[in-house]
Amino acid sequence: MKILIVDDFSTMRRIIKNLLRDLGYNNTTEADDGSAALPMLKNGNFDFLITDWNMPTMTGLDLLRAVRADEHLKTLPVLMVTAEAKREQIVEAAQVGVNSYIIKPFTADTLKEKIDKIFERINAAG
Amino acid sequence: MPMQSLEIDKKEMEMRSTQLDKARQLVTHIEAGDEDLANGLIEELGRMHDSILFQEIGKLTRDLHEALNVFRMDSRLSEIAQVEIPDAKERLNYVVVMTEQAAHRTLNAVEESLPIAEVLSRRSHELADAWQRFRTRDMSLDEFREFSQQLGEFLQQGAGDAELIRANLSEVLMAQDFQDLTGQVIRRVITLVQDVENNLVGLVRLSGERLSTPDQKKSKEQQDSQPHQKLSSGSGPSVPGTADASQEVCGQDDVDDLLSSLGF
Repeated sequence: MKILIVDDFSTMRRIIKNLLRDLGYNNTTEADDGSAALPMLKNGNFDFLITDWNMPTMTGLDLLRAVRADEHLKTLPVLMVTAEAKREQIVEAAQVGVNSYIIKPFTADTLKEKIDKIFERINAAG
Repeated sequence: MPMQSLEIDKKEMEMRSTQLDKARQLVTHIEAGDEDLANGLIEELGRMHDSILFQEIGKLTRDLHEALNVFRMDSRLSEIAQVEIPDAKERLNYVVVMTEQAAHRTLNAVEESLPIAEVLSRRSHELADAWQRFRTRDMSLDEFREFSQQLGEFLQQGAGDAELIRANLSEVLMAQDFQDLTGQVIRRVITLVQDVENNLVGLVRLSGERLSTPDQKKSKEQQDSQPHQKLSSGSGPSVPGTADASQEVCGQDDVDDLLSSLGF
């Protein structure tokens, strides 16, 4: 499975990359904000997107909007991993079409649980 | 400002010398018994007095206007001083606490792992020596029995130790998340510092020019809306004891509940 990790902090990208490797996902690519990620998604055959929210130039929420608006990307599973924890933000992300939402700081177990759940649902539906 | 007051002083001087001229003429006319001319001059002097009064009122009005403008700028600065600076101090304290926790988390994991690695290394050397003697058939049967038992114990212990070290390294990995979280908070404080700088520069410019131009008013309005940035663009981690407390903040369990209530 090919995964794109989007976060403006390289430390967080490395943490997520390492956790994913522990979970057996070795095919990961990184981008440092939404505007860098979108062209990669359009050209890259990614199976899964993990994105932060608060990033310069293009936020994770805007990236999610762009993904849902794109004919080829609209069904891409998206997990948001962010420090944005206000109720109305989570509601907004849900409305835009996020598949799951993790609040930073998080644990390796939470990441595993959310990823498993996303693909359980997708497999059940598909 | 000095230019304007100089101009006003000059006008006042001119006015006073005209007044003095007229007064001298008045004395001359009265002494000459020319009442009509004298009355005309008295009236003229009265009008001049009124016009000086109006000029003074004009000056006061301008000063008041200027003072009000400075005050308006001040109210943004006082908001910064009373609300946002203490808020920023709380945020920076949060950074200190977060970085301290992360450092301790890392150091704890390292302190626990180092002795394990040291024992592992020492035992490996000891057993390697014995293994060498076994390979060169330089070992008695009793010695071999003991060696075999030690080797078994070492392998069992080694698997557990390696797992402990792996878990501690994971802990070190996760502890690095502080850089992202505190980085977002620091960026927010930097934005505030820039806001303070802009306001101070504006204040200096304002007191230099006396009157604010429409451009400055516009930039001030822009600055006002800046700190209350839209949540959609993201505002970083919620910090206890700051303005964030006024908003409803979720933990992972709240998020899970909220999402499942929305059909996720």
